Amino acid sequence: MTLPFWLEILVSTCLILGSLFALVGSFGLARLPDFYTRLHAPTKATTLGVGGILIGSALYFSHQDFNLSIHELLITIFLLITAPVSAHLLAKAAMHQELPQMHGTQGEALLKAQGHSQVQSNERQAEEKKDSEKGGDSTTASHKIT
Amino acid sequence: MLMQVVPVAMGIFCVALLLNLWRLLIGPTLPDRILALDTMYINCIALIILYGIWQGSNLYFEAALLIAMLGFISTVAVCKYLLRGDIIE
Repeated sequence: MTLPFWLEILVSTCLILGSLFALVGSFGLARLPDFYTRLHAPTKATTLGVGGILIGSALYFSHQDFNLSIHELLITIFLLITAPVSAHLLAKAAMHQELPQMHGTQGEALLKAQGHSQVQSNERQAEEKKDSEKGGDSTTASHKIT
Repeated sequence: MLMQVVPVAMGIFCVALLLNLWRLLIGPTLPDRILALDTMYINCIALIILYGIWQGSNLYFEAALLIAMLGFISTVAVCKYLLRGDIIE
């Protein structure tokens, strides 16, 4: 069973794009600084990547079996439904365990008001304040120069 | 051309799985490890589908669907355990 050339190009593009998206997701999982940012990469990029692979597979088997192949669509829809649910539960578990968040996270003040803030992030914040004061001084100085 | 593209995509997924394994091993906290396992099963689904294309066989969808359902349920169960200290109350 040989595929027509245009269909082969289409399936190959879907496969390569999907695998690259999945690689980006896993790379983000390995490299991003804290848990909440790490949660972004697999739940978005990897789901999209696997969706691309499944679309490529659906095109291939639709041509091979001479009818529309629904199985892959089933898996795609299932993954699209379950990925946000599991991400939400993981984020809730992380909030429950009070994992430290990266400095600059929105709503950090609210967490601090609830007594959830970490010593580490407080220290970082203090350093940042010092840095910003220095930065402010330098910018005013540059203003004077100009 | 497809028969050259499928091994390349499989190689990329193997690299992705190795990155996930690295996060699973060094992950500083428990939710990190759960997230790494979650990503690993999603990547395994893609590897199985790619193997199905490589073999030209329709047989592997059921395996992929089973892995998807069991992986989701296990992630939810472990998250519930972390949240409540119990799975079924």
